[in-house]
Amino acid sequence: MSDMQALLDDFYGLDRELSPDEIQIRETVRRFVDQEVRPHAGQWWQEGVFPVHLIPKLGELGVFGPTLPEEYGGSGVTGVAYGLMMQELERGDSGLRSFASVQSGLAMYAIYRYGSEEQKRAYLPRMASGQVIGCFGLTEPDAGSDPGAMRTTAKKGGKGYILNGAKRWITNGNLAKIAVVWAKDDEGIIRGFVVPTDTPGFSAREIHTKASMRMSVTSELYFDNVELPEDAILPLSKGLGSPLSCLTQARFGIAFGTVGAALDCLQEAAEYTKTRIAFGRPIAATQMVQERIVDMLSRVVDMQLKALQLGRLYQAGAMRYPQVSLAKRDNARGALEVARMARELLGGNGISVDYVPMRHMANLETVDTYEGTYEVHTLIVGRDILDENAF
Amino acid sequence: MKILVLVKQVPDTATKIRLNPGDTAIQTDGIKWVINPYDEFAIEECLRLKEKAGGEVVVLSLGPSRVEEAIRQALAMGADRAIHVMTDAVIDSQVAARALAKVAQEEGYDLIVTGKQAVDDDQAQVGALVAVELGLPQVTVVIELNVDVESRRIRAERELEGASEIVELPMPAVITAQRGLNEPRYPTLPNIMKAKKKEVKSVPLDSLGVDTTPWVRVEELTLPPERPAAKILTGEPEEAAKELARLLHEEAKVI
Repeated sequence: MSDMQALLDDFYGLDRELSPDEIQIRETVRRFVDQEVRPHAGQWWQEGVFPVHLIPKLGELGVFGPTLPEEYGGSGVTGVAYGLMMQELERGDSGLRSFASVQSGLAMYAIYRYGSEEQKRAYLPRMASGQVIGCFGLTEPDAGSDPGAMRTTAKKGGKGYILNGAKRWITNGNLAKIAVVWAKDDEGIIRGFVVPTDTPGFSAREIHTKASMRMSVTSELYFDNVELPEDAILPLSKGLGSPLSCLTQARFGIAFGTVGAALDCLQEAAEYTKTRIAFGRPIAATQMVQERIVDMLSRVVDMQLKALQLGRLYQAGAMRYPQVSLAKRDNARGALEVARMARELLGGNGISVDYVPMRHMANLETVDTYEGTYEVHTLIVGRDILDENAF
Repeated sequence: MKILVLVKQVPDTATKIRLNPGDTAIQTDGIKWVINPYDEFAIEECLRLKEKAGGEVVVLSLGPSRVEEAIRQALAMGADRAIHVMTDAVIDSQVAARALAKVAQEEGYDLIVTGKQAVDDDQAQVGALVAVELGLPQVTVVIELNVDVESRRIRAERELEGASEIVELPMPAVITAQRGLNEPRYPTLPNIMKAKKKEVKSVPLDSLGVDTTPWVRVEELTLPPERPAAKILTGEPEEAAKELARLLHEEAKVI
């Protein structure tokens, strides 16, 4: 890493606020991503393949459920350490981070928080090692920002429950051995279920038409009279608040992850402007380019500050979900804007996947939308401060 | 088997080196420090030996307090415990070897492994000098290592210019690792957390009772001259090629 890259990485000296373990964990994931992901990211993205061969290595590295206690396969790291891991994965590609986010923040967290002791012991250690991949079925074809309008049902019947319905935009859908599915019970209350994906009546279809998140597997799930045993239900889950609390975890990861994508764009753009000669001088020596680079840096520093403070609140047990919403909203949008500016600075080269900004930019369009759109988070924060529900 | 691995903390190879006029050491502010890459091969090899034959891998490092970062990294890779010989003084290879040998002697090891050289000063002396200090056989620049625990014999392949050499020697011995010996592992997250609880014994250099008078004094340190700006030839290929040939002949004098 050049001096300039290092300066851009930590312009505000935030490393001073991190513990030695947090730095070591970040560097470990960074090195892994530098060696195993970055050289191939453009190609994998272009070909639309997820690097499944990395799953066991990621498990061994400890990126799945790292904040969970050791007895469930976690390492008990701080929220900031978890966030920094997400940052480094997303520096590689948002699809890679999404894979880890869904496994850790959504599927594992749902089982950890709402599952029985038996469910936790049965699934979490194998999910931490990457042997069992999970997905999280909340969004439906006709229920995105309004998940309470879901149509999937789990009626009493058979040996326990009968699941019917469909989910859409499900990350890891076709990679998963288990799906955490949210459905309405006989009383219309939203409950969570752990559904092995080889249960008869369950099917997943991969969505191949994405021009974004091409290195991530995204699927539709169909449940056609899927018969589940009694113990498939997550006993502590009840109501929409349950899946939403899982989303808070994943959104926390996004607040950090997007910093990684933004830094990658900023660093490549800065490097490029130093070496690209136009009108007899590096374009970095022009006022317009400098303004652009400084604007990007300014966004990145804002994002870093927000993420770090959110992490400290998380650790202190003092994090409120509207705070997560503000960070998710601003950091996803901030990274998207940084990526767009980087794309412009690279001129024609900027549209090629030989460079990083276009790939990040296309991915970040998804990140800006999923896990609560920019607008949804605006309304969550608005409701929090004004005490008026504008949904 | 009790294995000692000698680890040096060095500036990251991508770090920009700064010098003030008259300095005899580089400016250390703002430097990113890492484990000497050749020592990483040494650590990895020790861990593999331990995984096969059992025993213990002990990290030994020398330097100021910042060196603990490198030690923690080695522990996170899987080493069992560490000894940190503390000093802020500028020392040469001879003093370093004496101090490391003293610690090694006190504990007694079946094998001492380190990188073939450190990438900061490129002296490539400490491994060999430690062997001399301890009166042990040594094999340097090793690219393949086989240890027979039963017979206590080592068979090592070492890299030579355009050839390789296979040597056999008895344990205990000193081995220095070359790139190609193995692919060092990543410190995993669970191991990083475990490493926090591992013992790092701090030993002041002065307490070892070794002569710390350096044999070598750095008189002067200068950065390499800046590379002159590249010349770009423009115009038709035929003319550019002619001009290139002329420059190579007349200016660069290489053809």
